[in-house]
Amino acid sequence: MTLQEIIKGLNLEVITGGDNLNLEVKDGYTSDLLSDVMANAQPACLWITLQTHVNIVAVAKLKDLAGIIIVNGRQPDKETRQKAQEENLPLLLSKETAFQVSGRLYQLLGKGK
Amino acid sequence: MNRHDEFIQTFTILGRDFSRAGSVSTEIKEILQEIGVPSSIIRRVAIASYEAEMNVVMYAQKGELTLTLNPETIKIEVEDEGQGIEDIELAMQEGYSTATEEMREMGFGAGMGLPNIKKNAHIFIITSSPGVGTYLKMIFYLDEERAA
Ligand SMILES: Nc1ncnc2c1ncn2[C@@H]1O[C@H](COP(=O)(O)OP(=O)(O)O)[C@@H](O)[C@H]1O
Ligand SMILES: [Mg+2]
Repeated sequence: MTLQEIIKGLNLEVITGGDNLNLEVKDGYTSDLLSDVMANAQPACLWITLQTHVNIVAVAKLKDLAGIIIVNGRQPDKETRQKAQEENLPLLLSKETAFQVSGRLYQLLGKGK
Repeated sequence: MNRHDEFIQTFTILGRDFSRAGSVSTEIKEILQEIGVPSSIIRRVAIASYEAEMNVVMYAQKGELTLTLNPETIKIEVEDEGQGIEDIELAMQEGYSTATEEMREMGFGAGMGLPNIKKNAHIFIITSSPGVGTYLKMIFYLDEERAA
């Protein structure tokens, strides 16, 4: 499923990376621990987190993630937006909790079938 | 003594510089991609170099990372000036961390950094002098079959 379809399905707000939305998303990974994401997130997955500071962009780039969904209606730091913009990394916002977003993405991607 | 078929590059890492943290690892990943290193190896190197870089940012004043490439191996050495590690065995335990509250709020301090380096490097050596600094050496074999 493309990132564009997921954005529609989950009603996400696109902050940066708007020209990178045809990417095929394979999976999701939900965590607020950067080492955990480094160790366990798979390439082309969407990262669901409440972290908003600039270090999340480097983690996403190093792991070839499809993008980041920041949950709970949190706003990314200015530095984070700038860096994500530079890297053309999709930075997406949701007002829902990590639990809700993860559950809905799980269903959208047809996992657990 | 440099081999004629070796490429060596050194990068500086500044302690406490959280806004540029990860940039050295990102640069290394780009170099490896450019020369066509298999993505499975790049993934290993990215994890290990990021964790080593972050440890300098979090626990040292400054450090130097040296990347050495030859046709068989990728070598990454990180030497820092900083507080050093009193008990390396303890530091290597999964979950052990002395990260501050502020660092933990940012998602650091899972205590997985050194264990992740060990898991991903084919060879990992760490030595430290408390009050002086820490030295890490990681080696990755380009031919994973041979490494196994
Ligand atoms: N370069 C270093 N200099 C000083 N102490 C370090 C260094 N690297 C690691 N440590 C110590 O080892 C602990 C464990 O490191 P690590 O496994 O990377 O987990 P974390 O960084 O999440 O704490 C750190 O909390 C710190 O006390
Ligand atoms: Mg660490």
